Amino acid sequence: MTLTGLFFYLFSAVLVASGLMVIAARQPVHSVLFLILGFVNAAGLFMLLGAEFLALILVVVYVGAVAVLFLFVVMMLDIDFAELRQGFLNYLPVGALVGVVILVELLVVVGGRAIAPEVVESVPVPIPDHDDVSNTEAIGQLLYTRYLFYFQAAGLILLVAMVGAIVLTLRHKEGVKRQSAAVQIARNPATAIEVRKVEPGKGLS
Amino acid sequence: MTIGLGHYLSVAAVLFTIGVFGIFINRKNVIVMLMSVELILLAVNLNLVAFSSFLNDLVGQVFALLVLTVAAAEAAIGLAILVAFFRNRGSIAVEDINAMKG
Repeated sequence: MTLTGLFFYLFSAVLVASGLMVIAARQPVHSVLFLILGFVNAAGLFMLLGAEFLALILVVVYVGAVAVLFLFVVMMLDIDFAELRQGFLNYLPVGALVGVVILVELLVVVGGRAIAPEVVESVPVPIPDHDDVSNTEAIGQLLYTRYLFYFQAAGLILLVAMVGAIVLTLRHKEGVKRQSAAVQIARNPATAIEVRKVEPGKGLS
Repeated sequence: MTIGLGHYLSVAAVLFTIGVFGIFINRKNVIVMLMSVELILLAVNLNLVAFSSFLNDLVGQVFALLVLTVAAAEAAIGLAILVAFFRNRGSIAVEDINAMKG
């Protein structure tokens, strides 16, 4: 139990510290790298909670896809980030005020929470024993049966996001030769071949 | 001492606050604002998984998976909008985003 506690405090401390560095780093590239560190430590916390599948999905999806996407965009856009940081200190007091209020409210709620006993007794889908069914298998058995429509809705959201991102960023440059399949298919021998008589010693002009 | 539900909820609360704070202090930088939104969604996921684990209910983890999907889609669309905006205006400062005068 002490080992679990030790790792909990390690992961949470690094998570909170990297979260602070995400919003305070001077360079956005550093922000992205601290975001990756934070996600990896959150995955460690998920692992401690027994949600191995979500922990590894977090690493795959966030570190492998989302953070790399951020990194691409930060490196692709040619922006003077020092100029964007002006006014950083102007917003600090009101931001700190709002942050402290939210934090105090959340901690009051967390400290004063009480879980009704009937909720604990009537859990809809109890987590099966880890020795019998692994976490991944249990999630799969639930996701592909009872939550099938939610799963398909999630797929639809991803499809819409993919189409939207392509539509937003695709642009056609002028003067670039492109393949036109319709024109190619519409060709026939009459328009494609020209037969000419070549006389000896003269060649074609 | 044992690590209970309150510990995880407190970490998630701190992370959520950091995200909101980040949106406030980085009022000019859309990229860091998007990253702050990711932090907020991560805090929500941490809450869901913590409750799922301590109440022994698997539905929380399924819901966290769906939140993860939406967060990924949101990041992709947000960054695509950012790239399109940068091509049009040559800047990503928030105060330049006023074409609709909303």
